[in-house]
Amino acid sequence: MGRSKLRTGNKWRARIRTGTDGLATGLAVLSTVLVVAPLVAIFVYLIYKGASSLSWAFFTQLPKPEGELGGGMANAILGSAVLLGLASLIGVPVGISGGIFLAEFGRGTKLANAIRFTADVLNGVPSIVMGIAVYALIVYRQKHFSALSGGVALGIMMIPTVTRTTEEMLLMVPHAVREAALALGVPNWRSVLSITVKTASPGIITGCMLAFARVAGETAPLIFTALGNSNWSANLNEPIAALPLQIYTYAISPYDDLHRLAWAGALVLIVLIVAAVSLVRFVASRGVLKGAS
Amino acid sequence: MGVGIEVVNLNAWYAANHTLQDINLNIPANHATALIGPSGCGKSTFVRCLNRMHETNPIARVTGTVRIGDLDIYEDAKPVEIRRRVGMVFQRPNPFPTMSIYDNVAAGLKLNGYGNRHVLDEIVEKSLKNSALWEEVKDDLKKKSGASLSGGQQQRLCIARALAVDPEVLLMDEPASALDPVSTSKIEDLIFQLKSQYTIVIVTHNMQQAARVAEKTGFFLNGRMVEFDSTHKIFTNPSDKRTEDYITGRFG
Amino acid sequence: MTRIRFQRSLDDLKENLLVMAGLAEQAIQRAIEAYRVRDLSICDLVSRSEIAINRLERDIDQAALDLLAMEQPMAIDLRFILSVIKINADLERVGDAAKAISDRVRSIEQMAVADLPVDIPRMATLAADMVRKSLQAFIEGDAEMARNVLTMDDAVDAMNRSAYKALTKVMEEESHMAPQALNALMISRNLERVADHATNIAEDVIFWVEGEDVRHHKSLKTVPDPHAMG
Repeated sequence: MGRSKLRTGNKWRARIRTGTDGLATGLAVLSTVLVVAPLVAIFVYLIYKGASSLSWAFFTQLPKPEGELGGGMANAILGSAVLLGLASLIGVPVGISGGIFLAEFGRGTKLANAIRFTADVLNGVPSIVMGIAVYALIVYRQKHFSALSGGVALGIMMIPTVTRTTEEMLLMVPHAVREAALALGVPNWRSVLSITVKTASPGIITGCMLAFARVAGETAPLIFTALGNSNWSANLNEPIAALPLQIYTYAISPYDDLHRLAWAGALVLIVLIVAAVSLVRFVASRGVLKGAS
Repeated sequence: MGVGIEVVNLNAWYAANHTLQDINLNIPANHATALIGPSGCGKSTFVRCLNRMHETNPIARVTGTVRIGDLDIYEDAKPVEIRRRVGMVFQRPNPFPTMSIYDNVAAGLKLNGYGNRHVLDEIVEKSLKNSALWEEVKDDLKKKSGASLSGGQQQRLCIARALAVDPEVLLMDEPASALDPVSTSKIEDLIFQLKSQYTIVIVTHNMQQAARVAEKTGFFLNGRMVEFDSTHKIFTNPSDKRTEDYITGRFG
Repeated sequence: MTRIRFQRSLDDLKENLLVMAGLAEQAIQRAIEAYRVRDLSICDLVSRSEIAINRLERDIDQAALDLLAMEQPMAIDLRFILSVIKINADLERVGDAAKAISDRVRSIEQMAVADLPVDIPRMATLAADMVRKSLQAFIEGDAEMARNVLTMDDAVDAMNRSAYKALTKVMEEESHMAPQALNALMISRNLERVADHATNIAEDVIFWVEGEDVRHHKSLKTVPDPHAMG
């Protein structure tokens, strides 16, 4: 008698459990779709709008002078490369050094807290304010716009992300690994560089590339610093073209043709950023497989 | 090749916590000495004072004298120098995860500036042979990472790594507690062989292990060393009732 | 307190040993009584208890072995279990001696009563006393009491030696009493053995309680110690 009651009771509870499980799964899938959908929509729309304007000319020609149609964004691609290269040269070393200091040498000190606070604040500064600040510091002093100032602006914007990620990754290295190095009579600085940083390097690289991907698309800081250039230029002391700037310029122009080029430019920019992020994940996963704990 | 260790009035603190109180003892050279005691009694702290690892913790403090051979390790030497003469093997194996087996064993030398390939090859082989790991890994030295070995192998790798810098003293903090019985036996046999070349101090929870490998045993309780005598005496007829209560398992 | 089960096992072991001790003591008392009153039925009792003693010896050894294997006893526990094993063997021999004495009594019973120049009852009382005292020392874990037992052995040895002298003289000079004398001699020897076993038990108690091995102290004092040389 009692047995059959138990079985019926169990069946009922089991059904409720299965139902709840299905509901939760459904909600999770729905949320994912809602988040991914805009990204997919943008991508699809860009392809729709810009793919047709992609051509060999786009990647090799300069923008045509005012009023003329056609041309390409070759110099903007080069310009972005130069600016991002300069930004990385500034942002990555400073950021990693800052992260190493915060995690390994300055733990608990007031200086470390101050640095961390500054980094967080810097992270929150609107990009246009960053542009104005660098304008005041460099462009105004030099009395001309330059690629240098643009690179500096982007570089400064990279620093907080790189610093914080580096710090987090270093803190994730197990204490046991550090102790092992110290117990061998390895000086602390050597242990930090050769063991701890090396162990955390996949994560640190991820941080750098995330910062890179972020500033790759920044436009506002470049308006007051790099300015843009319709010619080939890789000179750090002169204004330089950049993909986001060029897109902006074309987008606000009155010409349809240029609008189409702007769409193409946006598509190329997104593709380059996605490529960079994919590279990040590839590098990170390789690092994990190599046996990092 | 090993040296004796003389400890005089050693006291250690973690912030306000007086972890070790007035420790005095003489650890004989070329012997294995076991340190036993309940959790939190200070034996691990004591061992970490012998290679100045205790002070890597910012809230740690030490007073007293520790002499290894003729050298006063707190007055006459820097921590880095001491740690090259006093090796340490930890409770959980901790090979360097990004390095191959070869690099792990050579780490202590490479990171301190020794680069000669041939010399390193010899030292790596000798250390791995001394830690009874050579036969199992000799074909994969540079191909496999240190972390891809089994637990027992990893611990032997850590022992090889410690031996590669040719220390005079080897400190082992519960080296087999994370290992299965077969690996444990291998480690114990190893300690037996290593005794003739190094002075070994082994912290252990496992009294049978202490009885198997060590000539002398010290019993720690609440930060003090209660009794230090031949292992035989400690385990058949200890002088102090507290020691007896501990080893017969009758606490409280 | 920790290791309660182990402590209970140790207590059980002690209790079983004491049961055996009781049987052994009883056997000796009965054998002596049989000699005194020449009662064969008492001899039968002694024979039967011999069987129980043997069985207990096996059981106690088995229990001790189990404890050694399963519980990894240390220090005083280890010494205790070792002592139990040894005392166990000694008690079994005491039982054997009692049986041997009762067998002699059976032989004598057929013969005429002979007035022999030996005080078997007194010797028997001393030996039985030693057994009782050594077991008391075991019960109480009293090394002092055990040491007292060691001193009593000399008296029994002396009595045995003089009995030997007197009885061999009887066998030579009054041959009609030879069979009785021979049996009395054998009884005396068995009683001396009982005293020796009591001494062993006392030595084992001292080893258990103090960790000191006091065996063969007399003979070892005169022989050089191999470990002390070079």
